[in-house]
Amino acid sequence: MSHEITYTPSNAFTRWLDERLPIMGLAHHMLEYPTPRNLNYWWTFGGILTFCLLTQIVTGIILVMHYTPHVDLAFNSVEHIMRDVNYGWLIRYVHANGASMFFLAVYIHMFRGLYYGSYKAPREVLWILGVIIYLLMMAAAFMGYVLPWGQMSFWGATVITNLFGAIPLVGDAIREWLWGGFAVGNPTLQRFFSLHYLIPFIILGVVVLHIWALHVPGNNNPLGISVKDEQDTVSFHPYMTVKDALGLTVFLLLFAYFVFYNPNVLGHADNYIEADPLQTPPHIVPEWYLLPFYAILRAITFDIGPIDSKLGGVIAMFGSIAILFVLPWLDTSKVRSARFRPLFRQFFFLFVVVCLGLGWAGGQSPDRTIFTSSEVIGTYESAGEADAAIAEAVSQTDATADMFKKHDVIEDGVYGVEVERVDYAFDVASLSLVLTILYFAYFLILLPLLGLIEKTKPLPESISKAVLAEKDA
Amino acid sequence: MAHIDTDEPTRRDFLYVATGAFAAVGGAAAIWPLIDQMNPDASALALASIEVDLSSIEVGQSITVQWRGKPVFVRRRTAAEVEEAKSVPVETLPDPIARNDNLSGDVPATDANRAAEGKEEWLVMVGICTHLGCVPKGQKVGDAKGDFGGWFCPCHGSHYDTAGRIRKGPAPQNLEVPVYSFLSDDRIKIG
Repeated sequence: MSHEITYTPSNAFTRWLDERLPIMGLAHHMLEYPTPRNLNYWWTFGGILTFCLLTQIVTGIILVMHYTPHVDLAFNSVEHIMRDVNYGWLIRYVHANGASMFFLAVYIHMFRGLYYGSYKAPREVLWILGVIIYLLMMAAAFMGYVLPWGQMSFWGATVITNLFGAIPLVGDAIREWLWGGFAVGNPTLQRFFSLHYLIPFIILGVVVLHIWALHVPGNNNPLGISVKDEQDTVSFHPYMTVKDALGLTVFLLLFAYFVFYNPNVLGHADNYIEADPLQTPPHIVPEWYLLPFYAILRAITFDIGPIDSKLGGVIAMFGSIAILFVLPWLDTSKVRSARFRPLFRQFFFLFVVVCLGLGWAGGQSPDRTIFTSSEVIGTYESAGEADAAIAEAVSQTDATADMFKKHDVIEDGVYGVEVERVDYAFDVASLSLVLTILYFAYFLILLPLLGLIEKTKPLPESISKAVLAEKDA
Repeated sequence: MAHIDTDEPTRRDFLYVATGAFAAVGGAAAIWPLIDQMNPDASALALASIEVDLSSIEVGQSITVQWRGKPVFVRRRTAAEVEEAKSVPVETLPDPIARNDNLSGDVPATDANRAAEGKEEWLVMVGICTHLGCVPKGQKVGDAKGDFGGWFCPCHGSHYDTAGRIRKGPAPQNLEVPVYSFLSDDRIKIG
């Protein structure tokens, strides 16, 4: 339902302005814009995200006044912001935690869209613009994390730029082009700084398109049925502005908790060590909001035909985001809201669990074992006897030496060495692979199939009738 | 605008296409400097070679030097390490190619093709894991050296042997041997 602009200028000045630039009419439309009357609090995240973007831009512009993008000075200039600049600690903590809050809000916003089918006709372009914003956010966040020039900055940048080296033929040339040298160095830092400053303004531009694409078909709503007449809607102001303000206030409580009480819990301690190109930290992890994709990247540990495992991981990782672009056409169900799709609803929550599981797996070492299938072959009096038993087992069966593990045990006060044969170990890499397959299966198999086989519940006649029926009951 | 029905392309059609093509080529030529400025610049290329003094390295010791912003491992290997590397059949290696920039073509990854020519105790390699660019452990006393006694990358668990060849883990290639030459018995030039 497209909303007509009904603004009439009330005085000579606004009449004069309206004939030259109808900006008052646009402002009037934004306030009077009809929204479905049944929107719940999951719909307040659009406003929260706008707040997050503006916060990042304002705090970022201020940080640039004190920051120096040079490998010799960057780390110290960040410490200078933290220690010397008036309220520098506050502005930097708001910016650093603001990135996490931004992603938290965008994930809730996206899962809201998935649950209520907001990506379906006629809102495909709205959804695609959202995915573009999300991609730009990831690029901005990644480059921003490099700027403090700590160990995680440097090695995160190294690992991610090395991904492009997996591209056949031109991989090495692209990598050197990105670096501006033969490794991550000063040219890399300076270009990342330039782009990190630029991208938020591109995001702002795409946000304008995103809101435009929202205002043409209008909001989706928890029932997923289209608005039929004025009975179904309320004016954006004051109804939604007030609702958004409350949502934002609660969100700010969480934001303030992180900024004031736990400002470093979402970061990595190693980033307070200055970057050292000769020393890799023992465990490189990206920020929490990129962990699911990191898990997908590492899940492919085997070659697929001519594609080696490294390129396979890169393709899977980019594919996991690219698939979101075609989501509107993968979901074959005409019914939008999960409220009327009992099967879809259950699978949706499973999908959320899969995404959280990938996030957990991305933060763990890939060889960490989750469970094993093993058998204790015996307990021996000394390590020497245990080694002999292993050697004997290797020579008599087809087991290999690295399948055996020794543990010290004390039974009834007597020391012994227990030998265990590990037949199968399910580690984080295997879990990541299972979850990656489930992630893709949700989009490529489940959504196309569900629309064809699922028996949906009857849809209400209109939003206003459903709201009134709920009130009566 | 006059419309002339003819199968033959007119003079105007030709000028239209030619102008468009000229603008496209000109546009591409104008964009190229904006792209090429990101490639390694003259100052980065100027740092392309360094000299390293080897006189203080005893048998069994390693040093790490920085070349083009990257760590380079120089190890003076023990006889046992050399023997161990020689005893591995090349065809059983995950990457059977030497990856030695001093040798032309895809020569096999024998120990002789990996170590310094005529000085088999010296091994010079770029200390960057061929998986995703971490620096493998194994240079310092007490570092984990992996299952094959060479280097071990802690990021994603790649094991390299005493000739810097990948033996186990996700890395696709052997550690790269950079272009280098001996200036004298205890001095090398890398790059």
